Amino acid sequence: MTSLPATTEKRLGLVIDLDTCVGCHACAVNCKEWNSGAQASPLSDVDAYGADPSGAWLNRIHTFEVTPADAPAQIVHFPKSCLHCDDAPCVTVCPTGASHKRSEDGIVLVNEDMCIGCGLCAWACPYGAREMDPVENVMKKCTLCVDRIYSETLAQEDRIPACVRTCPSSARHFGDFNDPESNVSVLVAARGGIELMPEMGTKPVNRYLPPRPKTKAAPRPDPARPAASACAATPKAEGFLGWLDAALDRLG
Amino acid sequence: MHPAVSVIFFTVSSGAGFGLIFLLGLGFPVGGGAGRAFLVSLAGGGLAVAGLLASTFHLGHPERAWRALSQWRSSWLSREGIAAILTLCLFGIYALVWMWTGARPALLGALASLGALVTVFTTAMIYAQLKTVPQWKTPLTPAVYLSFALASGWLLASALGDRAGAETGGIALVLLAWALKAAWWVRAGRTRLSDVGSSPETATGLGFIGRVRLLERPHSGENYLTREMVHVIGRKHARSLRRLALLLGAAVPVAILIVVALTGAPAPVNLLAALSMLLGLLAERWLFFAEAEHAVSLYYGNR
Ligand code: SF4
Ligand code: SF4
Ligand code: SF4
Repeated sequence: MTSLPATTEKRLGLVIDLDTCVGCHACAVNCKEWNSGAQASPLSDVDAYGADPSGAWLNRIHTFEVTPADAPAQIVHFPKSCLHCDDAPCVTVCPTGASHKRSEDGIVLVNEDMCIGCGLCAWACPYGAREMDPVENVMKKCTLCVDRIYSETLAQEDRIPACVRTCPSSARHFGDFNDPESNVSVLVAARGGIELMPEMGTKPVNRYLPPRPKTKAAPRPDPARPAASACAATPKAEGFLGWLDAALDRLG
Repeated sequence: MHPAVSVIFFTVSSGAGFGLIFLLGLGFPVGGGAGRAFLVSLAGGGLAVAGLLASTFHLGHPERAWRALSQWRSSWLSREGIAAILTLCLFGIYALVWMWTGARPALLGALASLGALVTVFTTAMIYAQLKTVPQWKTPLTPAVYLSFALASGWLLASALGDRAGAETGGIALVLLAWALKAAWWVRAGRTRLSDVGSSPETATGLGFIGRVRLLERPHSGENYLTREMVHVIGRKHARSLRRLALLLGAAVPVAILIVVALTGAPAPVNLLAALSMLLGLLAERWLFFAEAEHAVSLYYGNR
């Protein structure tokens, strides 16, 4: 059913720490690997070793440059996958019922056997979290690794999404946002988790932890106005240089 | 947005077809016997069906298209499918009765007309509902789709039917449709993503630090998202396409209608006006898609 549940029992999702993410792409690679092997259909590529490789990914790492008004630019690596929105437009636009949000845990999924590959859900998602599989011709998206988190055969420590399991810098956290005591809720409260594009009204579940403020270096001379301040700071030269300096000063 | 030929053809062709069905259902005068009734009904139904078939080429799994009829509670695309099929069924029966008995059942016709109206409206709402494409998200979008369907349907009807002085109405409808489109264009020019408050800063949530600029895309190659939603090549010839749309879609048809009205040339000459308008609408529809900015482009380096 493509009507959204009014509320969900759990609100499972991810917290992604932009302060510690190093942009290594390991999460995207492990996601691709897991979902190419264990899913209903593999996450396909075309021309993977040719001149124009292309394929479906459920997680992609963008890199942004952020320039404050009064400090040098900083680099922020930005992993992006489905945010499992509370008010998911990708669900309501779907004509077949393939795209749905589960009332038990809030995970947004595509039932691949019902998907006609119309692409409308991808148009409705502001975040670019859905991609058409170039071989299967059905819509693919992050499943929050439903086939891992509820697994009864995997080792306990592996029952988390593949991206979270693999992240070498612990920048990714998985949990229930409905539980105020959960690791994700605590992190969001402590670090001020960010909601992406709130103006789109999608009410995303996933949150991003902002980069911590840079330690500001001691104020440096302003290169644009060297005259007064820079001269005052220049140490006094001695000997011949001191005489030259004084002579030149007198010449103006 | 990527201007998919199948979707462009679908919206233009089925728009004209349902426009014609709308007018026939309301009793647009068509003289002659069963043969003429058949021909005119075939034109309306045929254009609508051709458009719908073209739209299935755009699907990854057309064989499952029937599933699209199930989610009418929430999905405009689903509603469109249902409205189109119901309308075509009603109109099919209407056309059969008309051919068989020579009489045109008014109630059935009115229902088919209503269905045609609803179908074109639902088509437009598929686009007008998307918050991700601010240029589309306006009541002007259904207004433009409906008025173009009506105008192109009227030109076809005036060529195939027998309404004296239909040219005057045709000129009025063509001009009205393009006036609405002009308003749509003006609004679209002022409704970029930045105008509705979306920017790389809100997309990343990093605006509180400073100005945000994409440094590197996730992968070196193109992907589904960049091809489908960050499509910019289609905008290259926007200005000449807009001129072409206005020339073929407005100027030429109006000129032909004026000539026909003044000289009393046979009505079928209006078919040239209709065909020209449809060609112009193909250009207009291309631009509707190609010029639309999608929110995802903010993650791929567009401001
Ligand atoms: S991120 Fe996109 S695909 Fe995921 S739930 Fe939200 S709107 Fe849907
Ligand atoms: S592509 Fe599939 S999941 Fe997406 S809207 Fe169409 S049918 Fe639904
Ligand atoms: S694995 Fe972790 S550090 Fe590497 S890109 Fe993904 S989130 Fe960032």
